Amino acid sequence: MTSIISFHSVSKHYQMGDTLVKAADDISMEIQPGEFVAIVGRSGSGKSTCMNIIGCLDVPTIGEYLLNGENVGTLNKNQLAEIRNRMLGFIFQQYNLLPKLTVLENVEVPLMYAGLSKAERRQKAMEALEMVELSDKLINMPNQLSGGQQQRVSIARALAGNPAIILADEPTGALDSKTSRDVLGLLQELQKSGHTVVLITHDNSIAVTAERIIRLEDGCVVYDGLSDAPEAVVISQSIMEGGTQS
Amino acid sequence: MKIGESIHQALKNIVSSKMRAFLTMLGIIIGIAAVMVIVGFGNGMENYMKDQFESMGTNTLTVTINGRGSSRSVSEDDMYQIVEDNSEYLDKISPTVSVSSTVKIDTETLDSTSVTGVNEEYFSIKDYGISDGRALQYLDMVNRQRVCVVGAYIAQEYYADDAVGQKIRIGGNKFTIIGVLNQQVDEMEEGSTDDMILLPYTTAARVLSAGTISNYTIMLTSEDFETDGKAAIEDALYSIFESEDAYRITSMSEMLEMMTSMTNIIIAIMTAIAGISLLVGGIGIMNIMLVSVTERTREIGIRKALGAKERFIMTQFVIESAVISAMGGLIGIAAGYGISAIATQVVGAVLDVSMTIVPSAASVVIAFGISVAIGILFGYLPAKKASRLNPIDALRYE
Repeated sequence: MTSIISFHSVSKHYQMGDTLVKAADDISMEIQPGEFVAIVGRSGSGKSTCMNIIGCLDVPTIGEYLLNGENVGTLNKNQLAEIRNRMLGFIFQQYNLLPKLTVLENVEVPLMYAGLSKAERRQKAMEALEMVELSDKLINMPNQLSGGQQQRVSIARALAGNPAIILADEPTGALDSKTSRDVLGLLQELQKSGHTVVLITHDNSIAVTAERIIRLEDGCVVYDGLSDAPEAVVISQSIMEGGTQS
Repeated sequence: MKIGESIHQALKNIVSSKMRAFLTMLGIIIGIAAVMVIVGFGNGMENYMKDQFESMGTNTLTVTINGRGSSRSVSEDDMYQIVEDNSEYLDKISPTVSVSSTVKIDTETLDSTSVTGVNEEYFSIKDYGISDGRALQYLDMVNRQRVCVVGAYIAQEYYADDAVGQKIRIGGNKFTIIGVLNQQVDEMEEGSTDDMILLPYTTAARVLSAGTISNYTIMLTSEDFETDGKAAIEDALYSIFESEDAYRITSMSEMLEMMTSMTNIIIAIMTAIAGISLLVGGIGIMNIMLVSVTERTREIGIRKALGAKERFIMTQFVIESAVISAMGGLIGIAAGYGISAIATQVVGAVLDVSMTIVPSAASVVIAFGISVAIGILFGYLPAKKASRLNPIDALRYE
């Protein structure tokens, strides 16, 4: 089976003034279709850079990123936009719903860019909202909903176009623990229904929801393995302690 | 994404900030309304002048003889002969002798009254009817009678409509009023066509020493023969004077054309000035769209993450700016009609002129087209800026 996400020695460098920042430094990893992977790291570890590259919002400086076998680095802006629309569903920490659109319209946005007819859009959006149990809030505005409800709308928006990969960036960062559990439960459901789920977080207790953890530190992979292995947490903590001491 | 949906979204955005949208439109509204009123004003003026000239008769030519030294001259009999020779084109002729002598009724001096010496044909050339008494006749010319026909204004103002048989003093000579003309214009007043005295040209030339007869009004058999008639007179006069400078022939339609082209220049200048308001309005739209792009940076980032291509973002902003501008255009068109209607009333009341200010249908269509074009033109730069935003930066924007 070919990997759906495949990093070959991916590096991302930024020039900030005189210093060269290596946000990602020689990262290689393979994620198979249907996996639930958490990319974990503290701020500055390179996890956001990884997410941007996986999400086709950015391209590597060095190395190759193959998405479903296709080298993303060679694509132009329009092709990247098309791939984001077709292959990826984004879930953000701040929900990022469009405040002037209703719940239903928000979920329809990616479908509209996919070129679906009005009727098709409506139907798919309704199905997605049904899955997150928000069928009764179709014509509400986002600011009329609670944080958990808004995040469920954004999950519905991410899955409405039935993309292969769901990319969740700190999806529980702004939620209380109970709603966080609901949201993580939804992500697990998505995995069961066949999606590849990539969860980006700094929080170990959230990361263990995934089957596999990829831990980043200073732009490098320091752990890649099962989430229930003792090293998944232990290593990280020793590094974190080391980090705070230095 | 369909255009219709983009327009729908743009309208939603505009409705959500009505005040700002309205203020943004204001420049376009004022510009479009101003252009429409000015164009309407031009049309009204042109029509008004056309009416005025038509009432004076577009089928007449005016001939002015300047002469050439003392050796060559043209008498009125020569002129009559020219008309007779070209009866195919030329119908009637009357000398017109302007008299500058003072006019007095009892002790009162009439300053604004125009006094002209004419022959008996003049009445039919000008289509002047007689409401009381009689018109001038051939015998009045031959005998140099000291008689005159007065306009309705004089009859009403000084004689209480009982002018016939009364005396009037012109240049110290007593004249008997033998007739009163029909009222010519709606509002009689000093200096109007109704404030006029017509007397035999022979009397005017000799008794009042108004000098030689140098002006003639000639009526064409038909408006269509204007060019032919003019050419015939030119030929005849050239054979006498052998110089083109010795005479001048003017037709009413030529004068109308001249006046029209003059008003057109004025209207064009005024339209250009009003057009500046459209330019300023366009810049206002560009400014507010740039602000809007900054405000909606995050929205743009989200849309891009969800798969919007640059073209979609671009279209969305251009259409929004075009819709704002087009709405401004529509309001401006409505305002233009309203102001034109009011201006028609005001001009009628203040200037005593019945001039209808109506924006032409073409100017409405053009105005709307221009407003949409301004929106697209000035929306392009902000839209380009929006479409070029980096989605990562845009998503991070607070």
